Amino acid sequence: MTSVLTNLFDGVAYGMLLFVLACGLAVTLGLMNFVNLAHGAFAMAGGYVCAVLVNHTGWPFFAALPLAFVSSAVIGVALERTLYRHLYTRSHLDQVLFSIGLVFMSVAAVDYIMGSSRIFIKLPAALEGQFDVFGVGIDRYRLMIVVICGLLTAALQLVLARTRFGSRLRAAVDDPRAASGLGINVPQVFAFTFAFGCGLAGLGGALSAEILGLDPYFPLKFMIYFLIVVTVGGSSSITGPFLASLLLGIGDVAGKYYVPKMGPFVIYTIMIVILIWRPNGLFGRTVTR
Amino acid sequence: MLTRRRDVLLAAGAAVALSLGPARAEDTVKIGLIVPMTGGQASTGKQIDNAVKLYMQQHGDTVAGKKIDVILKDDAAIPDNTKRIAQELIVNDKVNFIAGFGVTPAALAAAPLATQAKIPEVVMAAGTSIITEKSPYIARTSFTLAQSSTIIADWAVKNGIKKVATLTSDYAPGNDALNFFREHFTAGGGQIVEEVKVPLQNPDFAPFLQRMKDAKPDAMFVFVPAGQGGNFMKQYAERGLDKAGIKVIGPGDVMDDDLLNDMGDAALGTVTAHIYSAAHPSAMNKEFVAAYKKAYNNRPGFMAVGGYDGIHLIYEALKKTGGKTDGDALIEAMKGMKWESPRGPISIDPETRDIVQNVYIRKVEKVDGELYNVEFQTFEAVKDSGKTKK
Amino acid sequence: MTTPADVGYHARQHARWHWSEIAFWVLVLACAFCFPSRYLIMTDIVRLALFALSLDLILGYSGIVSLGHAAFFGVGAYSAGLLSLHGIITEPVIALVVAGLAAMVLGFLTSFLVIRGVDLTRLMVTLGIALLLEALAERFSNITGGTDGLQGIEMQPILGIFAFDMFGKVGFFYSLAVLFLLFLLARRIVHSPFGLSLRAIKNNPLRAAAVGIPVNRRLIAIYTVAAFYAGIAGALFTQTTSLASLDVFAFEKSADLMLVLVIGGTGYLYGGLIGALVFRMLQEVFQTITPQYWLFWIGLVLIVMVLVGRTRIHRWALFLPNLVIRQFAGRRAVVALSDNEAP
Repeated sequence: MTSVLTNLFDGVAYGMLLFVLACGLAVTLGLMNFVNLAHGAFAMAGGYVCAVLVNHTGWPFFAALPLAFVSSAVIGVALERTLYRHLYTRSHLDQVLFSIGLVFMSVAAVDYIMGSSRIFIKLPAALEGQFDVFGVGIDRYRLMIVVICGLLTAALQLVLARTRFGSRLRAAVDDPRAASGLGINVPQVFAFTFAFGCGLAGLGGALSAEILGLDPYFPLKFMIYFLIVVTVGGSSSITGPFLASLLLGIGDVAGKYYVPKMGPFVIYTIMIVILIWRPNGLFGRTVTR
Repeated sequence: MLTRRRDVLLAAGAAVALSLGPARAEDTVKIGLIVPMTGGQASTGKQIDNAVKLYMQQHGDTVAGKKIDVILKDDAAIPDNTKRIAQELIVNDKVNFIAGFGVTPAALAAAPLATQAKIPEVVMAAGTSIITEKSPYIARTSFTLAQSSTIIADWAVKNGIKKVATLTSDYAPGNDALNFFREHFTAGGGQIVEEVKVPLQNPDFAPFLQRMKDAKPDAMFVFVPAGQGGNFMKQYAERGLDKAGIKVIGPGDVMDDDLLNDMGDAALGTVTAHIYSAAHPSAMNKEFVAAYKKAYNNRPGFMAVGGYDGIHLIYEALKKTGGKTDGDALIEAMKGMKWESPRGPISIDPETRDIVQNVYIRKVEKVDGELYNVEFQTFEAVKDSGKTKK
Repeated sequence: MTTPADVGYHARQHARWHWSEIAFWVLVLACAFCFPSRYLIMTDIVRLALFALSLDLILGYSGIVSLGHAAFFGVGAYSAGLLSLHGIITEPVIALVVAGLAAMVLGFLTSFLVIRGVDLTRLMVTLGIALLLEALAERFSNITGGTDGLQGIEMQPILGIFAFDMFGKVGFFYSLAVLFLLFLLARRIVHSPFGLSLRAIKNNPLRAAAVGIPVNRRLIAIYTVAAFYAGIAGALFTQTTSLASLDVFAFEKSADLMLVLVIGGTGYLYGGLIGALVFRMLQEVFQTITPQYWLFWIGLVLIVMVLVGRTRIHRWALFLPNLVIRQFAGRRAVVALSDNEAP
């Protein structure tokens, strides 16, 4: 019984992590209709920034996390303004070609600068090990992930639903022409959203180094997972991807624990079944865009 | 029958063409170094490449009057790439050796080519026992998993470890490690309570580790390929298996030197059996480690040593043949060769062309503030016990 | 706008062999004789070209995007490998066709899943199927050899006459012959009324359905045919390399394929062939220059290609041939593609 709960907790933590990593992609792909396969590259950038700060310059881990966010966001906004902007109106195939190109470059560049070995971030002692709650083993690090990601998700939901910026974004997405007619600076809203999504990915990258491992092939390895989260979740809100991440996380952990040999099988079957059942994702819009 | 004859003719033709090939480049010897430089196994390839470069810096690039020309190729550890690259190196570049091979399937894919073209294939990394049986032109300078797995099994039995859970990567070397361990461990009266095979590309070990923890063994036997050890140990500690008193034992791949220092204190006390430790107390090793660190700013792992010894074997074979590049003569020269390597005394078994070497039992300890595998027991001149019984 | 008779006339005009096409194939054959030391890489290109041709049939002609085309490649590869390994069918040509049929059956079965949904869903469903098969192949390692792949495949001579040689000469001409035959078939298909109806579906499925084209049945048919092509490409892979490993199902394989086709251009059959050539040559050149960081330069080329625009690049690439052709024939030979060919 206790191992069931431990697994459930692990799955939730894993899912939350996936959500933070992928929700930026949900925005670019779902809302801005841009196939950005390079999303993982921003996550990797954040991870490496955090690793360098903590391991080489001795920053405390919690101080380095915001910086991982900021640096990825800055890289994101720079690329958005210089490159991505020109491709919003292009075909999906062009976008795929472009973003895969970007992934390739980032992989080789990181390999060149940081080496190909997997790297780790030195954690404060407070985050290491497990503690027991009624016999259920809880990892400190995973608990921190759940807390951080949970807060972020709540904040995101609030921002999107309650603030002026949130309504502008939703307006810009629903009908860019009408929105700009109402005086909303659509490109600016998009640029900001894009940067924010990249920043979240960067934060996710820094958090995931401990669990997923950080190496130059990160963007390629996890591209599929991000895509699964976004397609299964659908793109009309962030609730969809959130639930999809949790489902994926729990499914993955449970699959590995109970049927170790069939682990990946479980995930892909779930995905295909859901997509056949609801082609636009669990919470997708019924109208195809 | 007709086709058989045609085959023979073709092979003969190939052999003639190849033996004519090198004659044109009279004074250079070409070595095709095929290793994964990109992809998940990239660190293996880089260590080997580094070590080969280091050796050539130290020993010059001429042997027996021949200039050595190493052609580095990336196969990303995908066997069909390996095969194509090897074939092109042999046919177009007329190489005299093929070397490297980060993973078993890659080494196996190239084996028929070595046989057909009659050129030596020097395996510097891949560690499955069967490799050297696949072609009479293969020699190995890395290790086999049978060597280290049987020894750690015997050691575990002697040191009061009764119940073991195993976690191994699901591919040939992992299965080798598991089978040899199981055979020796159960023969010695030990019991295996849980067997988990993890996929080769595996981001998150946590669920598997939870399974290990719930099985409550005395120790867990672990094999993951070079490069994944760090991630494994991190999660081992995080999951609290060290606190639960479950020790890690295994072949030394999991405690690879190039990652060891980043694994944190959870790794302390881990006992593994392996062929090389950067802390090996010999003058030659100290010099090697210092030179490697100076050149690449990192500690050499066992992959680097495999590469270093591999290129040494090629140099020595060429010396013995007086620079002659006839494949049969070269492989003959390699058989039975003995030398002092950074890992200790090693030799090439004249019968199997596999490596014979010391296997050390080591424990992770802190030396000058850094983690090292400190050797405390030596099994001398261990042969590969994994060869098919004749 | 036009009467049915006119449509027929235009279609026939379009389907006629253009002499630039003949020149293309002559050039290919010339390459085969000019570079006898490069058979292996050329075989690789031919295989990739056939694989890309298969994707072009569904992407370029019917607008179905797929990120999991490697599924059929893999099934073809393993079928051919197992047939030969267990001595079930030792003659390569028959084994090739059987392997292709095996992939075709899978294509037919999965087509029902794929025709539902929009682009993104299709991408993920196809990808999912390929990954599922990869997981299966890994799981049933007693049949497939798992991560180690099928080892010890020995190929018998083609038709009992031509044995595969170490230099890859026989393998190359064999692959080229298969490619050419299947290309002829594909050309016939896309210029048939069936092919024209596919284009109608691609341009506007709703309108196509309104004029009485059975949209789903047509899509299922072409998807099945494409699966057959991919299966043949996979079987060729196993037969010419004597290997089959899990990588045949890999996501990278499908993604590379997509790149190849997009580089070459979709919807005119030659795109896959040209794309395969360009992509492999780029890879080869960069890998020779820097075995470690070649990905970077490939990435750069892809980005530049997108930013400059594929149409423009195609125009530049065709500038010289067009100039020559205009001199002799007084017209443009090959028209650059429009950029809106993508789905």
